[in-house]
Amino acid sequence: MSDPSIRSEPTAVKWAIIGAAALIVALLVILPLINVFAQAFSKGWEAYAAALVDPDALAAIELTLIVTVISVAANTAMGLVMAWAITKFAFPGKSFLITLIDLPFSVSPVVAGLAFVLLFGAQGYFGPWLIDNGWKIIFAWPGITLATIFVTFPFVARELIPLMQEQGTTEEEAAVTLGAGGWTVFRRVTLPNIKWALLYGVLLCNARAMGEFGAVSVVSGHVRGETNTIPLQVEILYNEYQFQASFAVASLLAFLAIVTLLAKSLLEARLGGHQR
Amino acid sequence: MSFSFKHAAAAALIAAVALPLFAPLAAQAADVSLLNVSYDPTRELYQQYNKLFAQKFQKDTGKTIEIKASHGGSGKQARSVIDGLEADVVTLALAYDIDAIADKGFLDKDWQKRLPDNSSPYTSTIVFLVRKGNPKDIKDWNDLVKPGVQVITPNPKTSGGARWNYLAAYAYALKQNNGDEAKAKDFLKALFKNVPVLDTGARGSTVTFTERGVGDVLLAWENEAFLSKKEFGDDKFDIVIPSLSILAEPPVAIVDKNVDRKGTRAAAEAYLTFLYSKEGQKLAAENFYRPRDEEVARQFDKVFPQLNLVTIDDPALGGWRKAQATHFADGGVFDQIYSN
Repeated sequence: MSDPSIRSEPTAVKWAIIGAAALIVALLVILPLINVFAQAFSKGWEAYAAALVDPDALAAIELTLIVTVISVAANTAMGLVMAWAITKFAFPGKSFLITLIDLPFSVSPVVAGLAFVLLFGAQGYFGPWLIDNGWKIIFAWPGITLATIFVTFPFVARELIPLMQEQGTTEEEAAVTLGAGGWTVFRRVTLPNIKWALLYGVLLCNARAMGEFGAVSVVSGHVRGETNTIPLQVEILYNEYQFQASFAVASLLAFLAIVTLLAKSLLEARLGGHQR
Repeated sequence: MSFSFKHAAAAALIAAVALPLFAPLAAQAADVSLLNVSYDPTRELYQQYNKLFAQKFQKDTGKTIEIKASHGGSGKQARSVIDGLEADVVTLALAYDIDAIADKGFLDKDWQKRLPDNSSPYTSTIVFLVRKGNPKDIKDWNDLVKPGVQVITPNPKTSGGARWNYLAAYAYALKQNNGDEAKAKDFLKALFKNVPVLDTGARGSTVTFTERGVGDVLLAWENEAFLSKKEFGDDKFDIVIPSLSILAEPPVAIVDKNVDRKGTRAAAEAYLTFLYSKEGQKLAAENFYRPRDEEVARQFDKVFPQLNLVTIDDPALGGWRKAQATHFADGGVFDQIYSN
């Protein structure tokens, strides 16, 4: 940790660097964000509200929420299992498993989407069987959910693993010695220890799930009022010269970003100096 | 403690469960539902046509119908149908894209004979859209290869409009060079050197040119050029008619495999046939597609300029299957001229 009283740079340089950083943030982050809201309200409140209650926009909001709820729940459960397996047990291939968890971060979302099309599309490995049996995966909500789960998979596990590694297994071992069963150990010992990190991971996972574009775009089929999520609806409106409506729908995502940011700072305060 | 984990978890749970409830329950299901998978610039046309057809359908059959739409680059849309997007009808930019769907067994290979006029209820052509006053003085195809002229066109691999653009340019170059294919290729190479960005669909390119202000000339569907003038005002853009262009026939077809599974064949047939009616033709013309019906065409003859057109079946181009294989397939002419 650096001591602010020890400075190696002259004051002018220090302020120049701070100024540059502030300018970059203002230009690249704050200005576009303000612009989104300025455009969204450029025709007044009524036009803004009208854009949001348009049936296609409402359908996009509904689909996004459903997909997000399922993806976040699935990734919370899977993230817990992964983190638990990696930090509480020793087994061969563990470091390889850790690498695999990060895979969705290193693969382009478009490739992820295409992989699902190759698996479940009509020309894919399982597609013909699924279609014959009346299952719609690709170009329907299950495919969109699968793609979202894939892309947001690492967030929860990534937050939990370092913390659980640091905490070790001693508290759990003590609980077992005192006669606690597996579920009780998890609920009374592990969960209270990791709760803030878990919530932090869920938050990041949620933000990304709502905002995902690339993977979802590949598996969506872009059917209006049916398979468009909020980010896809934003693109469609923009391409139809409905710029104000497009920014109005985009403002929902921008608003989500701000809420996420606030919740994130709250959680970081809670997490204390543990991480980052 | 003002903000505990339990509070946060409870809030998150309530939000997760309650938010979907605020979203509307699925819209009331109509008696019949059709999915029209179309290409990029037809968004406005089919939005209006779907309403018109739904009224007629209800009057004729007493049933309600809901028509869903998906739009994108024509080649990309065909790919989606092949991959399982359950289109009842496809209304794409060119015949080859429907051929590709037919090749996978989704519809009959001679689909194009099933409806009048090569199954193309409206036609269009390729024109140039330039900035007001035509500052770069672009009058014909040979002005597009001049240094310093930026040309906007979508990617011929994914977009139907881009393939019409490309073939119109190729037909012009062949004519200028007395049929010398090597020289025509050089012309295309020079043209694509002037293209700074390739969008996947026609609408993407239009937005690039009109809204983002990139480029000096947009190679556009005639309907897309008219629509841009309508959306942004006559004082922003001019339309330039080249000395030679191509007759673009965007075809429509029923996807047999899908309508038979869903039991929607009758509705899908009515949907496509109605495009050929006076009302359908008039609506197409109002959206700047050239109507086939002669009587409707006469009413709009002031809108659409006369121009010199080649067709895809011209011996120089050889029909869609040949053009696709020669120019747009992997390793075809487009790959050769664009890669180096």
